[in-house]
Amino acid sequence: MALPAHVEPLERFWYYAFRVICALIFIFLIGPILVIIPLSFNAIPYFSFTPEMLSFDPAGYSTKWYKDFFTNPNWQGGVRNSFIIAFFATILSASLGTLAALGLSRPEMPFQKTFMALLISPMIVPLIISAAGMYFFYSDIGLASTHLGVIIAHAALGTPFVVITVTATLTGFDHSLTRAAASLGAPPHTVFFKVIMPLILPGIISGGLFAFITSFDEVVVVLFVGSYEQRTIPWQMFSGIREQISPTILAVATILVMISICLLATVELLRRRSERLRGLSPA
Amino acid sequence: MKDLLKKGTALSAVVAGCVLAFSATTTTTASADEACGADVTMTYVSWGGAYSASQQKAYHDPWMAKCPGIKIVNDDSASEGLAKLRAQVEAGNVTWDLVDMEAAQAVTACEEGLAEEIDPDTHLAPAPDGTPASKDFFDGFFVSECYIPQIVYSTTFGYRTDAFGDKKLSSIADVFDLEAFPGKRALEKRPDGNLEWALIADGVPASDVYDVLETEEGVARAFNKLATIKDQVIWWTKGAQPPQLLADGEVVIASAYNGRLFSAIVEKNQPIAMMWQWQVFAIDGWVIPKGTKNKDQVLKYLRFATDTQRLADQAKYISYGPARKSSAPLVGKHADLGIDMGPHMPTAPENAKETLLYNTDWWADNRESFDERFNAWLAK
Amino acid sequence: MTDGTVANEGPLVTSDGRPLKQSLQAALKQKRRQAFMLTVPLLAFIFIFFIVPIIAMLWRSVENPEVPNYLPNTVAALQSWDEASGVLPGEDVYAAMVKDLQIGRENRTIGKVGRRLNYEIPGMSSLFKGSSRKAKNMTEAPFKDALIKASKKWEKLDVWQLIKRESGDLTASYYLSAMDLRFTPDGSVAAQPENRQIYIFLFQRTLIMSVVITGLCILLGFPIAYLLATIPMRYAGLLMILVLLPFWTSLLVRTTAWIALLQSQGVINDLLVAIGVVSDDGRLQLIHNKTGTFIAMTHILLPFMILPLYSVMKTIPPSYMRAARSMGATQWWAFYKVYFPLTLSGIGAGTILVFILSIGFYITPALVGGTSGTLISNFIANHVSVTLNWGLAAALGTMLLALVLVLYLIYDKIVGVDNMKMG
Repeated sequence: MALPAHVEPLERFWYYAFRVICALIFIFLIGPILVIIPLSFNAIPYFSFTPEMLSFDPAGYSTKWYKDFFTNPNWQGGVRNSFIIAFFATILSASLGTLAALGLSRPEMPFQKTFMALLISPMIVPLIISAAGMYFFYSDIGLASTHLGVIIAHAALGTPFVVITVTATLTGFDHSLTRAAASLGAPPHTVFFKVIMPLILPGIISGGLFAFITSFDEVVVVLFVGSYEQRTIPWQMFSGIREQISPTILAVATILVMISICLLATVELLRRRSERLRGLSPA
Repeated sequence: MKDLLKKGTALSAVVAGCVLAFSATTTTTASADEACGADVTMTYVSWGGAYSASQQKAYHDPWMAKCPGIKIVNDDSASEGLAKLRAQVEAGNVTWDLVDMEAAQAVTACEEGLAEEIDPDTHLAPAPDGTPASKDFFDGFFVSECYIPQIVYSTTFGYRTDAFGDKKLSSIADVFDLEAFPGKRALEKRPDGNLEWALIADGVPASDVYDVLETEEGVARAFNKLATIKDQVIWWTKGAQPPQLLADGEVVIASAYNGRLFSAIVEKNQPIAMMWQWQVFAIDGWVIPKGTKNKDQVLKYLRFATDTQRLADQAKYISYGPARKSSAPLVGKHADLGIDMGPHMPTAPENAKETLLYNTDWWADNRESFDERFNAWLAK
Repeated sequence: MTDGTVANEGPLVTSDGRPLKQSLQAALKQKRRQAFMLTVPLLAFIFIFFIVPIIAMLWRSVENPEVPNYLPNTVAALQSWDEASGVLPGEDVYAAMVKDLQIGRENRTIGKVGRRLNYEIPGMSSLFKGSSRKAKNMTEAPFKDALIKASKKWEKLDVWQLIKRESGDLTASYYLSAMDLRFTPDGSVAAQPENRQIYIFLFQRTLIMSVVITGLCILLGFPIAYLLATIPMRYAGLLMILVLLPFWTSLLVRTTAWIALLQSQGVINDLLVAIGVVSDDGRLQLIHNKTGTFIAMTHILLPFMILPLYSVMKTIPPSYMRAARSMGATQWWAFYKVYFPLTLSGIGAGTILVFILSIGFYITPALVGGTSGTLISNFIANHVSVTLNWGLAAALGTMLLALVLVLYLIYDKIVGVDNMKMG
């Protein structure tokens, strides 16, 4: 969309106006996330820039909120629970989701569309309805207020992501490859690990990362199904925002943003690699 | 891909390391004790913030020091205590051991069979002079057969001292006076308390408010009075919010539990002052969830934690009045600041000139119908 | 095919002698079964831990166990009473009620009945609690006089009509409440009194706010998607990160960020005061109201609009626009007539996705919406965990879910769920 040399003034005006508008929207998108980073180093417990901060006076900055985060047992318990729950929920949803995607992407799969719609539904049903339903039902079967209950709930919410990404890596998958391997005498498990697995691994990993971040960020279901023993970082943030708004929350938010950046980079790399492997896009 | 895989392995190693490090639990070695009950970890539900901290210091820490095999964990979800308790009891999966509840909710919990019944004289310690517990607690504090009272607290008003120049907030009418005292208010998001204040501010004598609320005209009158400040109100749901809103300057006047205001004013030196007129007195206490697995340990704990000395000790950390008559003379100075706690108590004569006693029975019966109407009114 | 030579006559058969057609069908059947077996674990998992809980919750919206279970004697005695007769039930019904009150007090179930009936007529909760306390001493007839002495309400016809109406195992009254309706004493349906009407209003507000938020997302998302789709790949890749980072950042982090920015002592108000747009006393109220919900939710949902729009725009060849221009169309006309219609499928996909997500939002409105900016989800949550009216929560939830599922089906028709893309 480079601007040719011979355009009219009005068009030239619109060309620049459009870019200014886009820049403003980008600021809207990214600004709030960036603003909390300096605020998390505020020396006083408020959510605004002090004159000392604006004049870059070191006295206006402090890392005490990070220290609070790393020493406070409430937050540390949250960190531990978040990782445990997200880790096991990811394992569960990645394995179940991958198996299902393998079945769903076979041309012979019966009722393919119906089952797909059903398996995607945890992504679509409003969270409050899922959470309330799980709260009542998990209470009845003794899973409420247990780590297992939260892990299962999060795995259910995470599977659609795995199903979608793994199915996507399998579109355009040439099924004659598996037949070729089988006809050459490879037993089914060899076919799976030597032929299918290398092709869908990027899909599994990025689907797994989606499932991980879904669990890691999820708060509504933890609030209902879990209790203090299962508190996660978002649980702690939610009750923190409603109670005592200390900049520790901003420090936590900053750390979470860093984690998001790492995950985002990983997923992007995987996506590019997968496309290259399947020859969908030129390197 | 190789790089990626390496990163992947490094990542999983880190994750695995974290999981291992965190799951290495601390093992307690103390043996079961006749006075403490078998070793166990118990979950107590309370209100969080300064209040839970005071319970921790006055009750939990000394008890755990005495009984090394007992571990007490705090769950700050008392504001949803009744709902979660009901879900747990109905499902037969009770994970809580003790719940801190307002009196009116405790009445409901007991009536619905969600709480264990207790007998004050068998389960609670007598006063040092031998007065049985049922006589030592203030009259009428045992609102139901399941309730173990701890404190009397009040919901009252705090305001920013820098908001109105030299003027001081002096009456409940001032809270509703947007001209003389402009600015945002914070009120608790519930009908009880607010409706009574609205009526008093509208000229109803405090002794008549519950009679007036029995009539449709009276209810309409209360809502109409509240409506005069509605668009200036931020509604809070957790006890720690109003002092925070005041300290941040988000509001200039806030209703709040007196102990939370005390900690903002005296311990944190915020520019806030109290207005005590028509503070609403209420009782707070414990209920034991029906079917708790650790009833024995909980009862042993309770006998200790609600004795005369412990109730008086709590008043060292937060300005709530102990529920026992015999504790009153033992209330002394603030644990860290060394100031006299007496004048900060809601019951101090200076503060308690005009007080409203929260009508527990009336609200236990009427809360549900009023909640519905209040929420409808709020949302519009 | 080795068997081709053997099967000169008759149908083709495989080497083991079965007809080829049959054999192929068997093989296909086996493959279908294999494919299905692969999905069974997840289907079972989702069914047990996701679908069943939701169905069980929805069931609560019609379930009505309190009166039949906890007032069994009264329900039996009321069988023979004609509620349209205009006369109070006889002594036998009052006697049965006293018995139920005594048993209910003993078993601590009477509070549940009172609470259930209180949803229909305010004051029933206190009536049952109070009367059950007094019923302990009612040992001999006439029970009718004794009960009426305990409370005048027991001689009101509508109380008995209510008990009889709610004595079935199923009830429609939660759905009526969810639509601001109620049963009148004679059993017909009427509107709730004005001061209790709320849910239709809330559904409307949720829908209107979702429409506005979706509109804002289209407005802000379209230029960004267009820019990303038309600039060279290497820049687009970099700018894409600015879209994906918010997408990957925790919802709570973004909501927290908006609280820090929008509150009256927050960054935006400080900035406005510093440059003199507003005075220090006149700080704008940007949070705890609709404004806060609009801003924060638009920010959170914007990537869900940009990504599908971008993937559609990416497929539009730039030569179309050049062709239109070369034939004399102005830039605007070419855009409007050629480019824009091609993006409609992307707008459709993004719109439905954003709309579906926004009508179910809970966390962000709860934190920044105050009272005027909260949505129906917040009321459902409130009924689940504060007022404990689980039947009404389930009825409201069913209605919300039905709405979402209809939209989901439309989305499936337009885009196909299997084409859903992420990241």
